Amino acid sequence: MAEKVLMKGNEAIGEAAIRAGCRYFFGYPITPQNDIPAYMSRELPKHDGVFLQAESEVAASNMVYGAAGSGARVLTSSSSPGISLKAEGLSYIAGAELPCVVVNIMRCGPGLGGIQPSQGDYFQATKGMAHGDFHLIVYAPSTVQELVDLTYKAFDTADKYRNPVMVLGDGMLGQMMEPVEFMEPLDPAELPKKEWATDGAKGREPNVINSLALAPEELEAMNKKLENKYKKVKANEVIHEEYRLEDAEIAVVAYGTSARISTKAIDMARERGIKVGLIRPITLYPFPEKEIAATCDQIKKYLTVEMSTGQMIEDVRLAVNGRRPVEFFGRLGVVFEAEEVLQRLIALGGDN
Amino acid sequence: MEKIASYPDSLTDKHFHYCPGCTHGTVHRLIAEIMDELDIREETIGVAPVGCSVLAYEYFDCDMHEASHGRAPAVATGIKRVHPDKVVFTYQGDGDLASIGTAEIVHAANRGENITTIFINNAIYGMTGGQMAPTTLEGQKTTTTPYGRNLKEAGNPIKMTEMLSVLDGPSYIARVSVHTPKHIRKAKKALKKAFQRQLEGRGFTLIEVLSTCPTNWGIKPKDALNWLEDYMMPVYPLGDLKDIEEVE
Ligand SMILES: Cc1ncc(C[n+]2csc(CCOP(=O)(O)OP(=O)(O)O)c2C)c(N)n1
Ligand code: SF4
Repeated sequence: MAEKVLMKGNEAIGEAAIRAGCRYFFGYPITPQNDIPAYMSRELPKHDGVFLQAESEVAASNMVYGAAGSGARVLTSSSSPGISLKAEGLSYIAGAELPCVVVNIMRCGPGLGGIQPSQGDYFQATKGMAHGDFHLIVYAPSTVQELVDLTYKAFDTADKYRNPVMVLGDGMLGQMMEPVEFMEPLDPAELPKKEWATDGAKGREPNVINSLALAPEELEAMNKKLENKYKKVKANEVIHEEYRLEDAEIAVVAYGTSARISTKAIDMARERGIKVGLIRPITLYPFPEKEIAATCDQIKKYLTVEMSTGQMIEDVRLAVNGRRPVEFFGRLGVVFEAEEVLQRLIALGGDN
Repeated sequence: MEKIASYPDSLTDKHFHYCPGCTHGTVHRLIAEIMDELDIREETIGVAPVGCSVLAYEYFDCDMHEASHGRAPAVATGIKRVHPDKVVFTYQGDGDLASIGTAEIVHAANRGENITTIFINNAIYGMTGGQMAPTTLEGQKTTTTPYGRNLKEAGNPIKMTEMLSVLDGPSYIARVSVHTPKHIRKAKKALKKAFQRQLEGRGFTLIEVLSTCPTNWGIKPKDALNWLEDYMMPVYPLGDLKDIEEVE
């Protein structure tokens, strides 16, 4: 078994990407994700890779578009305001059905906001990234080990569906040091050749990377194709985790850093005899809709916990579909303590 | 018998959708002839812009990559970094390159990205129906300058090619025109030199081509050729703006 190393979240993302065969990184500096480009600029040249600091996030995402169309495994990372600028490129990448991985280490907004950790980009990541009817596949890790595992997996998923995959973390997770175990590095030369990529039309018909469809039928067909892909993604790619849910009457629904804090609160509440457990979506798109719905017979109340004013709660409510009350706890700008979540659980558990 | 002219292999047999008298097609043909002559069709990846030439991928018989409006140099950068041994070109209008895409072209040029940009300056937005471009001339009427471009309000015709030529990254920058056979021959020479420079790995090259848009200028094709010569050429003088002959 591989040895565990102590590593910062952001750097672990970079190392996992390199081990997944990623040799191209395009980005623009923004706090709190700066350790990712720093790591890539140091490590990629050792692997004959390319690190390029772009003139803006708009340019970076369009460089990713070009590199992805050329058949490479490619990464970009940013933090909230930068992701807004990457939206253009991501829409084109999704429209042209190209694989790439994008990391968002969320900070608190809107506008310039601040650099405190946040989960305020849930809507953006899962629903409103940019114009047009498309989705990113969104992973929400909650430990540094999961940052590694999901970043690595993101490249495979992106290739499998020819769709951009987002790893959605926050400033806390990015800065955190934890022991991690890495997978064996993969040699990009051994990855299957992407027959659709633009690499010169030698002895074949030209390949075209494109999302333009002028004829109405063609346009509908393009969107239908995407729709069918997302159906497959929904059927096959949902990942979630349950914690102390077996006999629970209250379920906390939380992801990422919120889920870590909630786990602690749940243990504290259990000591007081409150029957509470955790449902942790690991994919935010596709959302574990059915998995949450399946708990409705047993669970009497849900508490969604987020570092936002309530975004994922809308998906939890859709999954629960009015059968049970869904409450919310969240703070923005400051990271809440387990004690605060516990107080909400006591209040909820008290009127059982 | 010697064949002196034929349809270039590097063009598909699709009919151009360009308006009569539009010189987009002339420039396409020149690029295709150069791909044939340099035998690089199978080594080339072109980047099509958003603008009237948005369908360029239908016409060039090589690998093509569509870009979003103005971002072709960034897309081309991504492609070239993955395939440094391939030939990569962007084909961009003046709205694309000189307005929405200024940051991307400046930095691709400044990095000395080893790509070739063909910059079509027709002093107007063709595709969207004749709005003012940053290259629109003083007094020129467009749908968004109905009283003629007023420099006080709308700024001055932008000279992107001059601006780019002061950067250290580019190896060859020139402005040409295609409104007469003589100019077409010169334009082809410049374009070929740019592609050759790229093949030699000499860094960024850009050829600005003065081009017509009779449809949105609201004049006949023949008059458009004269209008280009009489009004555009004094503002956008032809010639080499930067030419680094030797590599040290
Ligand atoms: C982000 C974005 N903004 C605006 C447009 C609309 N648009 C399409 S082409 C174009 C201008 C094209 O003019 P130019 O680049 O000069 O090329 P031409 O059509 O004259 O060849 C504009 C504004 C767009 N497609 N995308
Ligand atoms: S609108 Fe102008 S630029 Fe576009 S095809 Fe017609 S003449 Fe050419």
